[in-house]
Amino acid sequence: MAGEFRRLSDFYRPYLPWMYLSMGLLVVTTVLGLVYPYLLKLIVNRVIIGHAYGDLPWLIAAILAAALVKGVFNFGQQYTGQLFGSRTAYDLRNALYHKLNRQPFSWYDEIHTGDLMSRLTADLDAFRMFLAFGINNLVNLGLIVGFSMAMMWWMNGWPALVMLCLMPVLGFAGVFFDRRLHKAFRRIRQSLGTLNSGVQETIMGIRTVKSFAKEDFELDKFTHRNDDYFDSNLSASNIWKWFFPVVGITGNVGIVLILLVGGWLVMHQHMELGDLVAFLSVLWYILWPLADLGFYLNNWTQARAAGGRLLEILEAPVDITTQNGVHRSPMRGCVCLEHVNVDYGENRVLEDINLEVAPGETVALMGLTGSGKSTLVNLLPRFYDVSSGRVLVDGMDVRQWDLEALRRNVAVVFQEPFLFSTTIFSNIAYGRPDATLEEVRRAARMADAAEFIEQLPDGYATIVGERGMGLSGGQKQRIALARAILQDPSILILDDATSAVDMETEYQIQQALQEVMRGRTTFIIAHRISTLKRADKILVIDHGRIVERGTHKELLARQGLYRRIFDMQFRDYDTHLAAVAGGFSPPKGGHHV
Amino acid sequence: MCKSDVQADLRAPFVYREDERIEKFDWGQIRRLLGYMLAYPKVIVFAFTATCATALVTLAAPYVVGRVIDSAIATGHTGRLITYCGVLLALYAVNFYASNRRIYYTNLLGQNVIRDLRRQLFSHVQKLSLTFFDNRPAGSVLVRIMNDVNSLQDLFTNGVINSITNMFTLVGIIVIMFSLNARLALVTMVVVPFMFLLSLRLTVNIRRAWQQVRLRTSKMNAHLAESIQGMRVTEAYARQDENQAFFEDMNRDYMRMFLRAQRRSIVFSPLVDLTGAVGSALLFGYGVHLLTAGEVTVGLLVSFANYLGNFWTPIAQLGQVYNQLLVASASSERIFQYLDTQPIVQDAVDAPALPAIEGRVEFVDVEFEYEPGRKALDGVSFRVEPGETVALVGHTGAGKSTVINLLSRFYDPTAGVIRIDGQDIRTVQTDSLRQQIGIVLQDTFIFSGTIMDNIRYGNPSASDEDVIAAACAVYADEFIRQMENGYHTEVRERGSRLSMGQRQLISFARAILADPKILILDEATASIDTYTEHLIQKALEVLLSGRTAFVVAHRLSTIREADQILVFDHGQIVERGTHTELMAERGHYYHLVEAQYRFLA
Repeated sequence: MAGEFRRLSDFYRPYLPWMYLSMGLLVVTTVLGLVYPYLLKLIVNRVIIGHAYGDLPWLIAAILAAALVKGVFNFGQQYTGQLFGSRTAYDLRNALYHKLNRQPFSWYDEIHTGDLMSRLTADLDAFRMFLAFGINNLVNLGLIVGFSMAMMWWMNGWPALVMLCLMPVLGFAGVFFDRRLHKAFRRIRQSLGTLNSGVQETIMGIRTVKSFAKEDFELDKFTHRNDDYFDSNLSASNIWKWFFPVVGITGNVGIVLILLVGGWLVMHQHMELGDLVAFLSVLWYILWPLADLGFYLNNWTQARAAGGRLLEILEAPVDITTQNGVHRSPMRGCVCLEHVNVDYGENRVLEDINLEVAPGETVALMGLTGSGKSTLVNLLPRFYDVSSGRVLVDGMDVRQWDLEALRRNVAVVFQEPFLFSTTIFSNIAYGRPDATLEEVRRAARMADAAEFIEQLPDGYATIVGERGMGLSGGQKQRIALARAILQDPSILILDDATSAVDMETEYQIQQALQEVMRGRTTFIIAHRISTLKRADKILVIDHGRIVERGTHKELLARQGLYRRIFDMQFRDYDTHLAAVAGGFSPPKGGHHV
Repeated sequence: MCKSDVQADLRAPFVYREDERIEKFDWGQIRRLLGYMLAYPKVIVFAFTATCATALVTLAAPYVVGRVIDSAIATGHTGRLITYCGVLLALYAVNFYASNRRIYYTNLLGQNVIRDLRRQLFSHVQKLSLTFFDNRPAGSVLVRIMNDVNSLQDLFTNGVINSITNMFTLVGIIVIMFSLNARLALVTMVVVPFMFLLSLRLTVNIRRAWQQVRLRTSKMNAHLAESIQGMRVTEAYARQDENQAFFEDMNRDYMRMFLRAQRRSIVFSPLVDLTGAVGSALLFGYGVHLLTAGEVTVGLLVSFANYLGNFWTPIAQLGQVYNQLLVASASSERIFQYLDTQPIVQDAVDAPALPAIEGRVEFVDVEFEYEPGRKALDGVSFRVEPGETVALVGHTGAGKSTVINLLSRFYDPTAGVIRIDGQDIRTVQTDSLRQQIGIVLQDTFIFSGTIMDNIRYGNPSASDEDVIAAACAVYADEFIRQMENGYHTEVRERGSRLSMGQRQLISFARAILADPKILILDEATASIDTYTEHLIQKALEVLLSGRTAFVVAHRLSTIREADQILVFDHGQIVERGTHTELMAERGHYYHLVEAQYRFLA
């Protein structure tokens, strides 16, 4: 068997008894399918022509009994096959989910959601289908051809020869059309995908569309894609329109040939009439399974390819794990980076970073987009690992910490807040699902989120996320902040967490954060100097290096990059002050420290 | 509601709403739907003719097979054997051609109707007001245009034509059977009601079971997609074990429903076989009895067996059509609900195009309410001369955005008049108005395509040089050139590769290329890295010069440069004047500025 199946065998091996049972039932079902033509032959030959009327009742009873038994076995055969497929798919799905939940961030940096989704849905289904009925179909086809040919040879060689000629024609037609249909369906899917994303884009960007009065342009774009979808469907039907008639006429020609050959044989007493009737009946029994040969073969190749894509996920290496991690509790929050280098492929993202942070200190990082600030803070909870050097928390290398304990003590607020489709409560309590409502409220208050949440009609039970009600960017960020606060972390990381809020709100959050940061080691990434200036240490990062470090006062005095940024941000207010001299006095201390 | 209920709800790990589909049969809607087919009378006639031809062969062939046995084989007449086989071959040839045509024409008909309906729906939805889009998630609008329309495909392609010919075939088989032998026909047709029962009851049950499976599939997929997107949060908060338990529950529930649907589907064909066997048993039991009495022939029994087999197909298809009608009824209700929604802002029939404007804007006692009784704007009047910059200032919900929405005529005022160059904007074509107004939104929407295409969005006739010149003017050229394919870099997934500030610069370039006389700018609140922020401020100066500009402003620098500042509070203009004037007044504006200072200090 193909390598893909062997490598996935752990998932289906426990359920193999179902498959064996299914196969056993299948053999009986197929044989019973040939009983009806045989009984038909007996009725015609013995009862109708041979006038043995006494045989009729038991022949009729046999027809009914065969149909009943065949029905039960057929159900059993199909259902056990489905059980085999579904149970395997269930385990496989759980294993994939488990794996995805532990993949390193760097893996997610490379992956597209759409691609991953199609593996988890379409590929998993293709694999399941082969287990559930693909194997059965292939075996069944073999059995039908074998058994029915044996039976026909046994009845009469000549009409059997006619059937033997038809079989390859049907099989060939099946494969020929399936190959084309497969292509046609792929085109339909692609075309539908394009149409779908086009419509989605117009809806999401409707404000832009309307404000540029571009409705006609969008309609043209849509019409073009809509027409393409129409064409792709019609080109599939151009294959259908030959496939069904060709299979039909092959069977029909078979009927005529059997009538001619069989009729001649009957007339010359080489064969009995009942055999002729039986032949006609067998013809319909093998017609469609043969015509579907292409589909069955395709099912097999599809399942192999799909299995391969699933294995890529299941066998992907997990770099960031702890085997026998040490768990130190409580974490004090002492952080130390020693000669840290981080490379992404060819690029050196961080170079020779050395840093020592005492418990409870606040460290602010600033620098241009892409300078390496986020990478630096992501090393602490091991979202990424260093390429060389060490990151120590409480004096122990983070790679020796128990991963879960480490992450429970380091809370991160990401730049783009992500809310799950559930209640605000569950979103805040994401890391601590057992938190009480009072604790959640307290965290929300500290993140300056309580006020707006409590004004919502459903309060903390309001459902948010993609399909829930829309919150503004600032509101989402405050919920994400509350989520981090509820963790009661020893180390708090704010990765540009207040970027989407206006200055007034940021000011309020800043005030609230003063209390949160007390007693915790905090890392803040921000662009506004006003957000950073109270930090115990400010690091200015440029091209992966710490180019300046010190307190706000020290850095201003240095006349370096920090000073230049400061001037850029505050020039505005200086000129403004001059313009309204006397009209407005800034609060004590002023802005220029 | 008791407290524990609220708590359980509150703690739901994830909530995925289901669009449970209500099934009710509405003939009015079905009739309206079928009306779309009438646009293709020729195709209908061809499809119908072809389908009738295949039905006729279905009716005639078993009779001929019976004749072969009786009058050729039984009598040993070789000539007749060949003649009848020739007739049969001819019939099958007709059938071959006719089914080919049937498949072609029914698909042509179905796909045409689907295409027309979708185009009408898309075009209509696009014209609807912004409230329509604000009130529902983009996903639900997408589902109607795509999935609901697609779910009609079966009905239009096969359902309608087939159900007519199936009736015809059924009646035909009954008539032929009765004319061949009435008593045998009566006995064998005992199974027909059972077939009907199977077809209608069982197929409805099967479809419902699969519907349940689909609901669970979409829930599970929603969770998977969300999990992937939010995986960083899950890993950061070590939530894996709880989520695994949730997913396994979901997965188990899905498997249970899937196997239930399978059981229902799988039981179907054995049951059909069984009714067929009962039919055959009756046929031969009673048939042989009649045979001994000399009432029927062997060939006739064979024909009957074939007719009995042919009963099943039309009955099964009628069951399918019944299902298709149920599905179509639900989908069409939702489709027509959209089609019957009227846009709030509509042009007068004979509205002229707005001639090229200078950019003088006037609001006279303008009032507006989004919902009756809650005034979003109350008695707002102001006048802006061509080339002036107006800064709109105030808290969220004070009325700034409403002014912008009314000026671009996304809504009409409930009272008062808005004039551009002295012309009431309600009296001109909305398109011609919007083409002369440029709008830069807070969050710039990037279309999939190249950067070049995106900048050109508002002015499709602009050359590449024009686009580059526009980008240079707003300082966007530098970062664009640094991308791997420069202006021809493809941006996908709504521009996620670009930073917030970069997207803004692109929207500036887009606006400057469209070169509108009136510009509306909704300044972004997000903090942007200092260098890009610096570029944006310089770009703003370029963008605003030479046009009438309305700015919902957050940057003090932008506000200060404005010719006029309008301070909004609760839908009214509470202060107006220049920065210096307003600072001296020590009113609302003064306090707003002071708040910012307190933060910066």
